[in-house]
Amino acid sequence: MDATQDRSEPRLQSAASLKAFMMTTSTQSDRNLYDHLTRLLMKVMDEQPQNAVDVIEDMSHDVKRTFFEDEQSTLRDLNQTTAAELLAEQQRRLFAQPAEEEQEEEELMEPSALPNVSEIGFYLEQAGVGLGREEMQRVFLALKQLVGSQALLRCRLWGKVLGTESSYIVAEAEYGEGEEEEEKSFEEVAEEEEGEEETQENEMDRLPQSAYKPPPAVPKEDLGTGTNKFVYYVCKEPGLPWVKLPSVGPAQVTAARQIRKFFTGRLDTPVVSYPPFPGNEAQYLRAQIARISAGTQVSPQGFFQAGREEGDEEDEATRDSFEGIPAAKMAESLSTWVHHVQHILQQGRCTWVNLAVKTGEDSEEGEAEEKEELDEPEPEVGPPLYTPLSEDAEMFNVPPWTSKMSSTLTSQHAVAVQRSNLWPGAHAYACGKKFENIYVGWGLKYAGEGYNPAVPPLPQKEYPSGPEITEALDPSLEQELVLKEALEEQQAAIEEMEDMDDEDDEEDDD
Amino acid sequence: MDSNSLYYSLELVAGTGSTLSVEQRAALQTSLVMLKKNYKFHRVLFWGKILGLNSDYFIAQGRGEDEMQDKKNLYSLNCMDWSLLPPATDSMIQDVSKAAKSRFIGDPSYVYEYHEKKPEQEDEAGENEAAIKVIEEIRLAVTVHLIEEEASVVPRGAFVKSPLGVVQINRSFGGLSQSEARKLDSFFHFSKAKNPEKSILEIGDLNPAIDFLDVLSDDIPKGSWSLQFECASSVCVLRSLLWLGLTFYHVPMTPQHGYIYIGDGAKNLDLPFML
Repeated sequence: MDATQDRSEPRLQSAASLKAFMMTTSTQSDRNLYDHLTRLLMKVMDEQPQNAVDVIEDMSHDVKRTFFEDEQSTLRDLNQTTAAELLAEQQRRLFAQPAEEEQEEEELMEPSALPNVSEIGFYLEQAGVGLGREEMQRVFLALKQLVGSQALLRCRLWGKVLGTESSYIVAEAEYGEGEEEEEKSFEEVAEEEEGEEETQENEMDRLPQSAYKPPPAVPKEDLGTGTNKFVYYVCKEPGLPWVKLPSVGPAQVTAARQIRKFFTGRLDTPVVSYPPFPGNEAQYLRAQIARISAGTQVSPQGFFQAGREEGDEEDEATRDSFEGIPAAKMAESLSTWVHHVQHILQQGRCTWVNLAVKTGEDSEEGEAEEKEELDEPEPEVGPPLYTPLSEDAEMFNVPPWTSKMSSTLTSQHAVAVQRSNLWPGAHAYACGKKFENIYVGWGLKYAGEGYNPAVPPLPQKEYPSGPEITEALDPSLEQELVLKEALEEQQAAIEEMEDMDDEDDEEDDD
Repeated sequence: MDSNSLYYSLELVAGTGSTLSVEQRAALQTSLVMLKKNYKFHRVLFWGKILGLNSDYFIAQGRGEDEMQDKKNLYSLNCMDWSLLPPATDSMIQDVSKAAKSRFIGDPSYVYEYHEKKPEQEDEAGENEAAIKVIEEIRLAVTVHLIEEEASVVPRGAFVKSPLGVVQINRSFGGLSQSEARKLDSFFHFSKAKNPEKSILEIGDLNPAIDFLDVLSDDIPKGSWSLQFECASSVCVLRSLLWLGLTFYHVPMTPQHGYIYIGDGAKNLDLPFML
């Protein structure tokens, strides 16, 4: 017994040392002999191949291959940036810190072009309107970027217009004096194109010109006045570059009043409608923005005061000594709120233009006399600038505004909110001395029961009908023969008469 | 949207313009929990808000065992006191569509009247004028029912139909992928399917446990849904153009989804002119 024990100890020891040797990991690959042999024998147990001893080398190879770890994958990393990543890159720039010099300058400048962004976001949330906190923050940073890139006197968030494919975030801006750019309007470009076409016609034979003169176009308002008082910039998402919208003309406002279309989200989409809209979606958006501003931009009474009147325009100036009206009173009565944007007249402008006078100068003498005989068109008058909301007209039996307090439980600190029923999505809030307007919606007016599209006009008369051009039936063959016989009889009767006269004459002569 | 997810999901649908103020959110979180306990619902959803001229209605919906059949709607004027809305029947729908026009007033007991005049019996006009009277509560119930029928949205795979016909939440729904979330056919109406007859070729790829609802892309007119990615392209938002104000959100690759209606409760019948 002792002998076997004695013999087994060294045997065990040598077995242990052999096992330790087998378990050393190879320097070249990350494997060791012990694990390899284990896996190989397990494979043999599982598969039980025939003539295992002959195929054992191949099996060893297979086992090694399965555990071969590729350092290089055969697939290359495809750098597919998703849309979210692209947008994140662009929005990252919003959060960039400005250079130190600029920061000092900003602190020194007193009234900055940007409003207090977080405060407005907070009040809007109290009122139940808004885009969500993070989105609002991004929007305001984008506004800051806009102010930095263009030299703007004042800039504020006008709102958001939703579209079917994407939405527009709209910013309202006011240029400083002397920094207005002149734009080529849509109409001027069209006139140039027409001029080219006419010269081509002169070379060829002249086609008959129609005597139709279209009614004279109402002139656009100048930048800085009326509907074009502010300039609007839009962008799709905060962080993407801002696009300036063209100024609006009366023809576009008039057409926009008659159509009802969703926005798609691309500024160059044509607006297919009847009556045809002069322009693309950019002009349609601008026209709707003008209408919404004129209808729903309101402020507490007394905040803006009318400056000196120069002609038809009134200047606004914020009254620094404005003491806020308590919120409860603002929510109760509509007369504490006033419009501070001019109403758009039927003509499509804020100030009325007498078209008849203008055409009298241009036309020839003959026409000038006619025009003077016509009655002068009556000037259109709209409600004056600071009309209180209580005078807003009701449409479709719906009061134009709904007032609310933001909270009934803590009414001493609540915010008074006005919600427009005519332009769903337009809100205004006032709290003490602060107020703000915002529009978030589809850009369409409340149309009551249903929208009735405009009917095309009756076809015009081509030529006054008279006897010369009325058609008559050609006489048929029998009628012509009858007429011919009647004529011949007449002729024969006349000849007989003449013969008889001749005979009488002859007899007399004899 | 689920009352449990009210904290963050309101931010995701805020792109449409309306949110709830903090006070209302706090009130809702408290009252919805009480509601769930009192009515023994399996889960409570905050359905949305219907804006009236004088005040707004807050609507909540409780779901029972079967998500499609056991639905109960409740309304409140102040987010605290809730009243049950009656289920909408066909006669109610007819009456409301005749009598109630223009906006909601905001007073649940307001009476809308409609006088039906029968031209043949003009002599006895006084006797034969049938006046249909509808109170605003009924109008509210009908409106909520119609919006649920026509505009409620769920992503494909979020609900399963068991062999017994009971519709339940799919607990292993992992969310739609980024590419699936861009297609309108990954979204279904959550109402009784009025499927047009589909050919065998189309049905072949579908799974009857998941695809038992109508697809949004079959809606007429085409283009009545607007699919966008918001919040830095991380949330897929669907907006209905037929019922302006209904917003559905879904965060791809997560099981978060829900819809809410904040609007004036009017169907947009001018849709064909506007597209």
